[in-house]
Amino acid sequence: MEKIVQNKTSIQHTSLSEIKTEASLSKWTILKKSFRKNWDLYLLISPVIAYFIIFHYLPLYGIQIAFKDFIATKGIWDSPWVGMKHFERFFDSYYFWRLIKNTLGIGIYTLAISFPIPIIIALMLNEVRNSKFKKFVQTVIYAPHFLSTVVVVGMLMLFLKSDGLINQVITLVGGTPIDFMTEAGWFKTLYVFSDVWQTMGWSSIIYLAALTAVDHSQHEAAMIDGASRIQRIWYINIPAIMPTIVILFILNAGSVMSVGFEKVFLMQNSLNMSTSDVISTFVYRSGILEAQYSFSAAVGLFNSIINFIMLVMVNYFAKKINNTSLW
Amino acid sequence: MQNSTSDKVFSFFNYFFLAIIALLILYPLYFVVSASFSNPAYILTGEMWLWPKGFNLDAYKKVFANEDIVNGFINTLKYTTFGTLINVIMTIMAAYPLSRKDFYGRNVIMAIFVFTMFFGGGLIPTYLLIRDLGMIDTFWVMVIPNAVAVWNIIIMRTFFQTTIPLELQESAQIDGCGNIRILINIVLPLSMPVIAVMVLFYAVGHWNSYFHALIYLSDKENFPLQLVLREILIKGEMDEMIKANSESFFKQQLSVEGLKYAVLIVSNLPMMILYPFLQRYFVKGFMVGSIKG
Repeated sequence: MEKIVQNKTSIQHTSLSEIKTEASLSKWTILKKSFRKNWDLYLLISPVIAYFIIFHYLPLYGIQIAFKDFIATKGIWDSPWVGMKHFERFFDSYYFWRLIKNTLGIGIYTLAISFPIPIIIALMLNEVRNSKFKKFVQTVIYAPHFLSTVVVVGMLMLFLKSDGLINQVITLVGGTPIDFMTEAGWFKTLYVFSDVWQTMGWSSIIYLAALTAVDHSQHEAAMIDGASRIQRIWYINIPAIMPTIVILFILNAGSVMSVGFEKVFLMQNSLNMSTSDVISTFVYRSGILEAQYSFSAAVGLFNSIINFIMLVMVNYFAKKINNTSLW
Repeated sequence: MQNSTSDKVFSFFNYFFLAIIALLILYPLYFVVSASFSNPAYILTGEMWLWPKGFNLDAYKKVFANEDIVNGFINTLKYTTFGTLINVIMTIMAAYPLSRKDFYGRNVIMAIFVFTMFFGGGLIPTYLLIRDLGMIDTFWVMVIPNAVAVWNIIIMRTFFQTTIPLELQESAQIDGCGNIRILINIVLPLSMPVIAVMVLFYAVGHWNSYFHALIYLSDKENFPLQLVLREILIKGEMDEMIKANSESFFKQQLSVEGLKYAVLIVSNLPMMILYPFLQRYFVKGFMVGSIKG
């Protein structure tokens, strides 16, 4: 503390370059002092730093193959530069608009359906006075969160196949069975609603927690004024959790282009490709399966840059609207 | 009060819809349990819809006789145990120094960690790196490249900062106790709740993941349960759907039908047994992370 004050007072009668060296020197001495005292803490954290450098920063070095023609025998560094060739090939390809449409479509569809439902569930659960019933409902609706993607998609298929439970019901009421899993038109709906089934309970936890912070005296005052429960939810509870809703909405909106690989890949088949192919599955297919490393690295980089830009933008808006931001 | 009738109506519908939501989630899960004990013929004809019909344990016998499934189960058990152990140790090693105010450079280190949450090399450069490291098709590829999650470091650091009294650590320091001894003898014994949460989060992650194995493993011997499940449940099912449903196919289908339900149960057994007891820890851990990030 004292050092900083000293630095500040010295600004008046020293030149700029001198300040710089002094400031860096003092930082250096602080580090040395801290290192001498807490060398064991630095030692403790160093394997974790090494892990991040190797497995998260070294791949950044490999990004350059997106601008090169990667030749395995030459390695990353010695492969020849080709500029934007792979990007151009991707933008001009037949797949480009299909991938954008599907990725964005799934992202927006998910945001529109999966986002509001947990809020409604939290508001409903908050009104339940019978604690046993509440606990029971919570235990049940949190459970699917812990099922694996493979299990959820497996169940989806067992229920929706041509002679599965749903089609048995459809035939029972006189309809004709639908081939849900192979019909391209059904893909996004199945994806989103199975996601709702799996995550709605778990996602409601954060809103439930925000609701516990609502001041009870507000409710009492409203009750005396004759407000109904629906009015109290509308005018007290919803405004109370609004900041949480806004933050989560912005965060979710920031990730509409980063549709996860795992579930889409499992639900994909040769018949629903026209609606189910997204950027991440495309990267897997052309990169890992077909070994077009440079091309798929370019596609992947394109996607990460878009995601990053969206995140920065979203963070900017969050700062403006709510004074909350990620950094 | 004044609106008591409308409130009663509201309350009724509230309970009613919540009960329906709970039912919509519970029924598919229950159906799988029931189907796994039934004669597959009744499942395919739709006669089994609530109670097991034609009760038998054949499907389970088939599951345990299937070498791929048993092998996958053992592999997953190994990956989960070692993976979680590494995860938790690494998380503590990162979170404790970062929780200390006198640890100079902690903001820079935190920034280095957090940046990776938002931007990374992507699938292909990471794959090439892992390949160059010679980790493809090894045990290590399942536990090292995902050795620690930034989000969990944040949760644990927050826990250390907010619940372990600083005075306790300072007085131990004055008594000549070194940092590592403070961590092991004072901080960790007080941190059992958050450690339990970490174990659960990481273990569930390992148990359920298939992506890593799909990318980096090609030898069937090393496959975790989820990949085996994918072959049985999803690939098998896809083939059925894409091929025409001929009559001769029906018999073959019948023999695997029951197995599919049983394997769903077996793969989720550890979670199903533990879940009711651990539910509140999960929720607690989730909250620690979301309140202060």
